[in-house]
Amino acid sequence: MPHIALDPDKPGIRGAMAFRPETARPLNALVEVLLTGPSTLTRGERELIATYVSSRNCTRYCHSIHGAIAAVHLGGDEALVRQVKTDFMQAAVSDKLKALLAIAGKVQQDGKLVTAADVEAARAHGATDLEIHDTVLIAAAFCMYNRYVDGLDTVQPDDEALYRERGKRVAREGYVTVSEEYLGAAAH
Amino acid sequence: MPHIDLPAGFPGISAGLTYRPETAKPMRELAHILLHEPNSLTPGERELIATYVSSRNDCHFCQSSHGAAAACHLGDASVVDKVKADFQSAPVGDKLKALLVIAGKVQQDGKLVTPADVAAARAHGATDMEIHDTVLIAAAFCMFNRYVDGLGTWQPRDPDLYAQMGKQLAEEGYVAPSIRQPVGAH
Repeated sequence: MPHIALDPDKPGIRGAMAFRPETARPLNALVEVLLTGPSTLTRGERELIATYVSSRNCTRYCHSIHGAIAAVHLGGDEALVRQVKTDFMQAAVSDKLKALLAIAGKVQQDGKLVTAADVEAARAHGATDLEIHDTVLIAAAFCMYNRYVDGLDTVQPDDEALYRERGKRVAREGYVTVSEEYLGAAAH
Repeated sequence: MPHIDLPAGFPGISAGLTYRPETAKPMRELAHILLHEPNSLTPGERELIATYVSSRNDCHFCQSSHGAAAACHLGDASVVDKVKADFQSAPVGDKLKALLVIAGKVQQDGKLVTPADVAAARAHGATDMEIHDTVLIAAAFCMFNRYVDGLGTWQPRDPDLYAQMGKQLAEEGYVAPSIRQPVGAH
């Protein structure tokens, strides 16, 4: 049961955001820019970074929903998403993404763990400064979203079908648009 | 040296925010609402939560700048040092102590917060909104701290710089940049 009076019909971060629309607006705006805005990283790659960090933080709601969204962008390949969560070095993703996931994994623990060698490895596989910046910020931001979802003890269902359905909609419409259903005019 | 080509002379988070204005906007707005806008928790209390979490994450820039903002709001820098060292023996209210317990758990892992922690905060008068904001401030600083450290930003050791920044943050909040131009050679 959530630690505070959240709407039980809104699982995960949705219940928390509906409770406090003022902070929900920038929280949604940030994830929208990072994961759906213009970028040389594909939406699938960015969702995989978010999924991987959320999986390492053991936040079921976040790694399930972002994993589902990633799968939509990756042609429905749920096995690839599972492989990235379990051991991304063995996954069928590019060397550049593997190097960025290594950076994201360090940021998930502590930003100070990122070394010049980690960054050099990403550059050697073609990563740009902006891609490295966004990787660090996606990883950092999901350390926030995950703690927000877990720290309020929000409802985190274990029904994969629920995330699969929701994931299709978020992938199609984006974060700000789907948030309007529980934030109303406050989303803008 | 920063890991990427950040604008020179911008310390800590101001380098990342200047580098990427698209993500800076919602990050500034979030900090402004959580720390500066009207709230039943005072700005000093909220800055202490931010400082405490940043201190536990060992992020020099964030604990120094928010510590300076807290000192400015509270008119007392020694309280900030006491909260960082051992908040249970610091001269702050029991409600804030209970909220700092929650913040410290969120800093590690949100799942560590127990119903007993929340009941203790309520027993000292904390509202649901105050508990919510405590959890989100702690979570948000786990982002800000990792952003600042993960980019290898320049984090000066000059206390005067932070005192000046803290005063400006305390007075004006977070929507407008507190560092508008490079602050000298490094």
